[in-house]
Amino acid sequence: MESTVEIQFSEQELQTIENLKTRYLKPDSVILEVLYLIQEKYGYINQEGMKYAAELVGISEEQVFGVVTFYTMFNTKPIGKYHLQVCTNVSCMLRGAYELLEKLEKELNIKKGEISSDGLFTISEVECLGSCGTAPVVQINEDYYENLNEEKLLQIIKELRNKSL
Amino acid sequence: MSIKILLKDIPDYHKIEVYQQYGGYKTIKKALQKSPDEIIEEVKKSGLRGRGGACFPTGLKWSFMPRDKNIPKFLCINGDESEPGSFKDRQIFEFNPHQLIEGILISAYAIGAQTCYIYIRGEYVKWIRLMQKALDDAYAAGFVGEKMKETFGTDFYTNIYIHRGAGAYICGEESALMNSIEGHRGYPRVKPPFPAQYGLWGYPTTINNVETIANIPAIVENGGDWYASIGEPKHPGTLLFGVSGHVNKPGVYELPTGTLLTDIIYKYAGGIPGNKKIKCIIPGGTSMPPIRGDQIEGLKMDAESLRQVGSAIGTGGIIVMDEDTDLVKVLTRITEFYWHESCGQCTPCREGTGWMLKILKRILDGRGTSKDLDLLIDISNNIEGHTICAFGEATAWPVKFMIERFRDEFEARVNKSIVIDIPNKVHSMRNTVIPIDEIKINGN
Repeated sequence: MESTVEIQFSEQELQTIENLKTRYLKPDSVILEVLYLIQEKYGYINQEGMKYAAELVGISEEQVFGVVTFYTMFNTKPIGKYHLQVCTNVSCMLRGAYELLEKLEKELNIKKGEISSDGLFTISEVECLGSCGTAPVVQINEDYYENLNEEKLLQIIKELRNKSL
Repeated sequence: MSIKILLKDIPDYHKIEVYQQYGGYKTIKKALQKSPDEIIEEVKKSGLRGRGGACFPTGLKWSFMPRDKNIPKFLCINGDESEPGSFKDRQIFEFNPHQLIEGILISAYAIGAQTCYIYIRGEYVKWIRLMQKALDDAYAAGFVGEKMKETFGTDFYTNIYIHRGAGAYICGEESALMNSIEGHRGYPRVKPPFPAQYGLWGYPTTINNVETIANIPAIVENGGDWYASIGEPKHPGTLLFGVSGHVNKPGVYELPTGTLLTDIIYKYAGGIPGNKKIKCIIPGGTSMPPIRGDQIEGLKMDAESLRQVGSAIGTGGIIVMDEDTDLVKVLTRITEFYWHESCGQCTPCREGTGWMLKILKRILDGRGTSKDLDLLIDISNNIEGHTICAFGEATAWPVKFMIERFRDEFEARVNKSIVIDIPNKVHSMRNTVIPIDEIKINGN
């Protein structure tokens, strides 16, 4: 059973969305921003979230569902506090991304797409992050960690763990 | 003496006050005193070609826009930058955002767009913030938005907004980008009608790459003839070459078109680690046909020279692979990318990418046959040209050309024939490529 948290934006957030709508000919265009905000506040976007977004933007739930499932940056299921997104595309692969991914899975004792038992981490294998010149790269939530090697990555994991104690 | 137009060696050039110190936001003033047609002519004269991969002449693209002043017109700046091997636009967002903004203003004036959107890929949170900061500064200084009328003393003004994507490679395709801005799934549209006739919300729209537009102020300031004299005459200017993979100094290097590929790799990117030989080069992002390492001597990096060797300049993202690289693995990874990113509208692409991936994984597992290689080329031929957008070519080219150009390497990884020991005669005679362990026979 999913927990039923009521999705609700604050007055200020609602105002931000209304202001964004003025930038476009039709309100539909703000859907991505609305979904980002839901994800930021609630961690992921479930059916309730999609319903809320549809009402707020004034479009059908079907359209919202279509959008959420099309773009890879939206999570429809809960994830860990830190989303470790490992790029394994060619440039990163040539510089050891798969070895990093393997190391990460071993260190956290989870596979891609799973949440670590402490609820802190989720690992994803992602496509090119546009960081080929500083490969390999791992994006953790919004931040890029570039020019990584195993030691550096394990150090980062350690720091994130300490931060959450 | 190398010429720098986009990434100048000036400290803090990303700050509005430094940009202005070096003459920033003066070119837009100059441009507003000319007619839009004069600017389009100047850009045509410059020979500037799009930097997003298709190399379409920018001035010509602009001239498709209707001159009617009474309908809304839009300009979209494509900063979706998702082509594996490309990481150039983020350099502009980070180090030269105001030149991009000034370029947008001039371009918007030339085509008569009252609203401009900079579409930036969703993962680029840091660069969206940097760009937003620059945009806020430009608005505050009165260079963008309604205040332009006061600042420059003309009737023209335009607004610039950043639109954040959400992780879909296909949104870098111009018509998919428009659908994404409109709040839909990023499906490419059937063309014609072209965006200049039927673009955002059905109104005339032009879509240009970030790097293309960042060149505009320099062209208007110094003249089209000046720009046309840089680099190769048929593809003039400088390019942001992003070098990655097996090189000592990966990074983005701004160099004139026509620079030797060997110079880029050895002189600028520091050569290959361990002085190894080069096996394979992808010259412009993974969609572009790969080139053999023994064929790069004397090869110039520009659209025409690469076309002659059966490849293309793409986004200028050069991926270098040394002699120990497993090309079967590389091609499998590339194909996995296109399988993942196919939007799913066209059957050849949606089904073809998955099929090719299955075959490549089979070869990687050591269960492939020579026939599989021919089948891969056959599938890629059936995708190419049979899809709504150029994604079809993007997925077909690497497969087709990697196998054709490195056939020896692939042949070494497959079995020459496949023996299927099945009592059913019809089955055994069939020219099948189904791996043995996937075949199940009833009652046996």
